[in-house]
Amino acid sequence: MGAVMVVSKENNDLIWKRRTSKEQWANWFFWLLGISIVLFAWNIISEKTVWFFVQDAPRQAADMGTRMVPPKWSYISKLIKPVWDTINIATLGTIIAMTIAIPVAFCAARNTTPHILVRIFALFVIVSSRSVNSLIWALMLVFILGPGVLAGTVAIGLRSIGFCAKLIYESIEEIDQNQVEAIKATGASNLQQMVFGILPQVLPTIAGVGIYRWDINIRESTILGLVGAGGIGLQLNGSINTLAWTQVSTILLVILLTVFVSEWVSAKVRGAII
Amino acid sequence: MLKLDNLTKRYNTGDLALQGVDLTIPDGQVLALIGPSGAGKSTLIRCVNRLVEPTNGSATLNDVNLTNLSSRALRKSRRKMGMIFQEYALVERLTVMENVLSGRLGYVGFWRSYFRKFPKKDVKEAFRLLDRVGLLEMADKRADELSGGQRQRVGICRALIQDPDLLLVDEPTASLDPKTSRQIMRLINELCEERGLTAIINIHDVLLAQMFSQRIVGLALGKVVYDGSPDGLTPEVLTQIYGEEDWSATIEKVDDEDEDD
Amino acid sequence: MNNLPDTSTYPTIWDKPPFIKKAWLRWSIIVGATLYLIAALASMDINVQRLLEGIPRGQRFIDSFFPPNFADNRGVVWEGILESVWMAIISTVAGIALSIPIGLGAARNLAPLWVYMFCRFIIAGSRTFPEIILAIFAVKLFGFGPFAGFIALSLGTIGFFAKLLAEDIENSSEAQAEAVKATGANWFQWVNYSIQPQVMPRMIGLSVYRLDINFRESAVVGIVGGGGIGATLNTAFSRYEFDTAAAILLVIICIVMVLEYASSILRKWVQ
Repeated sequence: MGAVMVVSKENNDLIWKRRTSKEQWANWFFWLLGISIVLFAWNIISEKTVWFFVQDAPRQAADMGTRMVPPKWSYISKLIKPVWDTINIATLGTIIAMTIAIPVAFCAARNTTPHILVRIFALFVIVSSRSVNSLIWALMLVFILGPGVLAGTVAIGLRSIGFCAKLIYESIEEIDQNQVEAIKATGASNLQQMVFGILPQVLPTIAGVGIYRWDINIRESTILGLVGAGGIGLQLNGSINTLAWTQVSTILLVILLTVFVSEWVSAKVRGAII
Repeated sequence: MLKLDNLTKRYNTGDLALQGVDLTIPDGQVLALIGPSGAGKSTLIRCVNRLVEPTNGSATLNDVNLTNLSSRALRKSRRKMGMIFQEYALVERLTVMENVLSGRLGYVGFWRSYFRKFPKKDVKEAFRLLDRVGLLEMADKRADELSGGQRQRVGICRALIQDPDLLLVDEPTASLDPKTSRQIMRLINELCEERGLTAIINIHDVLLAQMFSQRIVGLALGKVVYDGSPDGLTPEVLTQIYGEEDWSATIEKVDDEDEDD
Repeated sequence: MNNLPDTSTYPTIWDKPPFIKKAWLRWSIIVGATLYLIAALASMDINVQRLLEGIPRGQRFIDSFFPPNFADNRGVVWEGILESVWMAIISTVAGIALSIPIGLGAARNLAPLWVYMFCRFIIAGSRTFPEIILAIFAVKLFGFGPFAGFIALSLGTIGFFAKLLAEDIENSSEAQAEAVKATGANWFQWVNYSIQPQVMPRMIGLSVYRLDINFRESAVVGIVGGGGIGATLNTAFSRYEFDTAAAILLVIICIVMVLEYASSILRKWVQ
C-alpha cells in the first residue's frame, strides 16, 4: 500500500517510522484535499436542499407506510404480462448484447486484435456503451422507436455490450500463452489458434459473464417502464402517478420476487458451469 | 538433416542470447542440449521453428531455409516439426483426444477442425499413439484431469501425430519427478528409434542427457562450448559449461533400474 | 509411418462428448429455449409504422453528434453536470463510511450472530431495489433536489460496498488473523493489523469503481426528481433539442473515461 518500513538514525538511536517524512506530508495533503472536496460538495448539495422537507421526512415516511399497507393482492393478475415483458426485455437484450460483445472483446484484447486502430475503436465502443445508463438509453430509444418493449430491449442490449465486452476482453488478455504457442508450433493458422488455443480458455468466462449480466439486466428492466420502455416499470409509473400506494407495494413485492428468483437461477447456473 | 548456420539472437533489451551457433544434425540423431539457465537453449530451439525470430543466421531443414519463409510456407514447415514443451502446454479444457488431434491442425482446413471432423486416418493414428504411450482409456478425459507424466505423454502424441521430420523438445522433464522423468526420456528415445526421427532435446539434468542421447552439445552464454559424445563429459568440460562445482557425483553412471510402467 | 507392424485395429471416427451428458436434459433445454425465444419474440408487438417514422428521427439524433452543441444558453447543463459530480462524490464517501461498520458486522468471522443477521438484512434491503426506485421514495420523503439523490445513491452504495467488504473479510486469510490475535491484541487492533491490510487494496479499487457507478446513476436519478443532469437530459429530449442532448451525453462519456483512467492508475499505485 505504499507504506514502506523506514529506518532512520537520530542521536545514535535507530528509529522506525511507518512512512518517510515525504510520504507523511503527501499522506496529510491528500487527506486534506479529500476532506475539502467532500465539504465543498456537501455545501453545494445542502444549498439546494429544502431542510424543512428533510425534517418532515419521518412524518412523511409514516404516512406513506400506512398508505402502502396492505398490498393490493388482486392487482397481481394485472402484473403477469408486465413481468413476462420484463423478463423478455432482459433475456433478449442480454442475448443481443453478448452476440455483439464477443467479437468486440476479441477486437479489444491486446493479444487478439487485428490492428491498433481496431482496438481503439473497440475500446471506445465499450466505454460509450458503459457510460450511459440503460435508463438513458431507454429514454433516447423511446423517442426514436416509440414506447414499448422494443425500445427497452434495445436499451438493455446497448448498455450490456460494454459491460460484457470489458469482462471478456480482460479474460482474453489473461490467458495462458503457452497453450496457444503449442498450437502455433503445429503449423495451425491464426484462426485455428484462436479456436483451439484461446476459445476453450475463455468459454467459461463468457458463459459466466452472460448469466451475470442477465441477472443485473432483470433488475434494470424492471424500471425501464418509468420512461415508457415496457415492462413492469410502466405499472409502477402509473401507480405512483395516480398515488395508488397499495398497488405500488404490490408491484414492489413482485419486483422483489422476480429479482430474488433470477439471482437464484443465476447462482445455480454459474455454479454448474465452473 | 538440420543445419544451423551462424544462428544469432539479440533481444530488444540488448541481451545476446545466441552468438553465431553452427550445428549440423544428421537424420535420426538424438542430440541433447545442456547448459545453465540463460545459456540460450530454449532460444535456440525456438529459433528453429521461429516461435522466436533469429536476428541473424539461418536454420535449414532438409534443404528448406526456415528463416526466410513467408508465413504460409512457415506454417507448412511447422507441420514437419513436432514440439514438446516444458509445462506440457496442453489446452487444459479440451479432451486428451482433441489435444492429440490438434497436432494435425496444420493439415486440416479451418471448418473441418472447428467441427472436429478430422480425417479417418488421423483419428486412427491418434488412437494408436495413445495406445503406444499407454493412455488409450483417457481419450475422452479433460487434459487437466491428468497427472504431470500423463500430460507429457499426451504432448508427445501431439508432436508425433504430425509425422514430423524433426522433434524439438524443450525441458521435457523439468516439472516431473525423477522416476517419471526417466520414463518420459526413455519413451522419447524409443519413439525416435522406431521412426528414425531427428531430435534436439533441451535438458538440464546432465545424467539423463548422457543416458538418453547419442550426442551432447553444451551451451554457455549463447556459444557452443562442447560438442561430442556423452562419454566425453569430464568434470573439466562441465566446469566450462556450468562453472566451478564438484562434478564427480553428477556424471557417475548409475545402473538403470528396472522400471515397470 | 513407422516400423511397427499395425496389428491392432483402432476406431476411425471420434466425436467429442457433448457438454451436457444426459441426452434428455440436453434436448429438453434446446427445445425449451427455442420455444421460449419464439414466444418472446412473438409477444414483442412491433409497430412497423412507428419504426419507419423513427428512422429519420434517429438519423437526426446521430447527426447532432457531429458537431455537438456545447452552447449552454441558460447555464443549466453546466450546473446539472456539476450537481451530478458532487452528488456522486458525497454519496460515495457517505456510503462507504457507513459501509465499513455494516460490512464488518456482516462478516461471519468477525461478528456475533445477531449483529451478523442484522447487517446482512440491511445489505439485502439496499441491494434489492435499483437506485431509481430508492430515489422515487427519497423524493417523496425529502422533496425534489440533490438531497434525495444523495440518499438514494448512498443507500445503493451501502448495499454494494458492504456486501463485497464482508465477502472479502470472510475470505481473508485465517492464518494471518490468528497470528495477530495470538499476540493478545484487542478487537480494534486485531482488525487494524490483520484484516485491514488484506482487504484494503481491493477496497480502494472498489471505491473508485463505485464512484464511477454513482456518477452514472446520478445522471439518471434526475429523471424522477433527484437532482443532477438527468432532469436536463429529459427536458432536452422531450423538446427534441438533440444537439444539447448529444452534448450532455458526450460530457458524461468523457467524465466516465477520466474516472476509469484515474481508477486504473490508482489501482496500480496501490498494488
